[in-house]
Amino acid sequence: MFRNQYDTDVTTWSPAGRLFQVEYAMEAVKQGSAAVGLRSKTHAVLGAVNKAASDLASHQRKLFRADQHVGVAIAGLTADGRVLSRFLRNECINHSFVYESPLPVSRLVVQLADKAQVCTQRSWKRPFGVGLLVAGLDETGAHLYYNCPSGNYFEYQAFAIGSRSQAAKTFLERRFQEYDTYSREDLIKDALFAIKETLQGEKLTAQLCTVAIVGEGEAFHIIDQQTIQEYIDAMELSTGGPDEEAAAAAPPSAEAQEGGEGASSEPAPMDI
Amino acid sequence: MELQLSMVDGSVCMKDSAKSEISSERTLYPYVTGTSIIGMKYKDGVILASDTAGSYGSTLRYKSVERIKQVGDHTLIGASGEISDFQEIMRYLDELILYDKMWDDGNSLGPKEVHNYLNRIMYNRRNKFNPLWNSLVLGGVKKGQKYLGTVNMIGTHYEDDHLATGFGNHLARPILRSEWREDLTFEEAVKLIEKCLLVLLYRDRSSINKFQIAKITDEGTTIFPPYALKTFWGFSHFQNPSKGAAGTW
Repeated sequence: MFRNQYDTDVTTWSPAGRLFQVEYAMEAVKQGSAAVGLRSKTHAVLGAVNKAASDLASHQRKLFRADQHVGVAIAGLTADGRVLSRFLRNECINHSFVYESPLPVSRLVVQLADKAQVCTQRSWKRPFGVGLLVAGLDETGAHLYYNCPSGNYFEYQAFAIGSRSQAAKTFLERRFQEYDTYSREDLIKDALFAIKETLQGEKLTAQLCTVAIVGEGEAFHIIDQQTIQEYIDAMELSTGGPDEEAAAAAPPSAEAQEGGEGASSEPAPMDI
Repeated sequence: MELQLSMVDGSVCMKDSAKSEISSERTLYPYVTGTSIIGMKYKDGVILASDTAGSYGSTLRYKSVERIKQVGDHTLIGASGEISDFQEIMRYLDELILYDKMWDDGNSLGPKEVHNYLNRIMYNRRNKFNPLWNSLVLGGVKKGQKYLGTVNMIGTHYEDDHLATGFGNHLARPILRSEWREDLTFEEAVKLIEKCLLVLLYRDRSSINKFQIAKITDEGTTIFPPYALKTFWGFSHFQNPSKGAAGTW
């Protein structure tokens, strides 16, 4: 993607019918560290890679609970993600207050998408630079959605976003057909495996990742590190190596002054 | 609190809505009213019953008022109190159900959600000293779960296996407390309801001998056409009522 004369304003169309600012916002999501989501009929799992900027620092929070029955994983500008998480929490609690009943996930993501769309049609705003994986449970079952900066949203059985997410997607593509009947434990294992795929050779430990689950009889919560480490040990993972080629398939950006992704394990700068 | 342009000096000032001159006055008393509603759960769902009278003070002015209405696919609502406020409530609820249907996404508002929404409206109006002068009973079934709740003009709300409003609380509830069971069939439930309705007919001066029963189950809603109950006035005490005091009426 190169600079051109139609990419200054979000309210300027290109002759080809594109809004470049929106597309650049989607690039920001691709630069964030990975997040994965998968669901069965009764449970939905979210996972994220947590890399701290240095050993001295703590890592960025990427998983947020919106309500007892809904949570999100974010990739991209974490600050934008926090603001949207606050919006989600507000919408959920408003609905609960008026109807004493959890807000259906499909309606929540529509409200979120409409909010994102507004920022693509105001000259004094900019699109949110964060992609959200929304996982939740309502009376129609477990759901997983992906909300883009563009204001689009899609429902998925399984998905991954952020840097090196293609490796995770390749893994999920091979397995997703069975997910409807998976047990919650198998879902968690597959989420961890998908996260491992994005790490490109680095050893997966419970310190590096966060996993959350929501399901029937189970409120949205982040699974504690010890349990995650047990899952990892049970999977007998050491230094497994995903495809280098798949990781390098992410589109290179010419003006990547932030420092390319490459094979280094530095956290994506936008996450800080 | 409302911002109003003061006529005297043209400046914008805050005026308490309780003493507003430009907007309409708040509710002080009801005009056309309905009397009791009785509701109870039974084996397959929920039954609501009422008479079809609209009183204008002590006059039995309107005799064909439908005080039980359907709200969406899963809920029935019965209202006592000011009939015009009930019509306003129906407008709010019909709009709510319409927007819910417009989502068209497999989710729907059940009786619990409608009840809570209504409670929010009633309580908010009460706080503004402008209540909707009603006591309402909401009954419904969603996914096999039976629901029966009540909410009134001051925002008090609760659920139970059998409920009533107005005089029904005093005359019908005691009968229901001793004779209601979880597994009543529809016919048994109607008999029990008719027993309550009869007591109300005898003892509530705002009631008339024209009743409506409505039932709601997982299969759907039915509001039955109005009918009358057999009454008996042949008590010896009522024969020759002025025997003890000739010349009275």
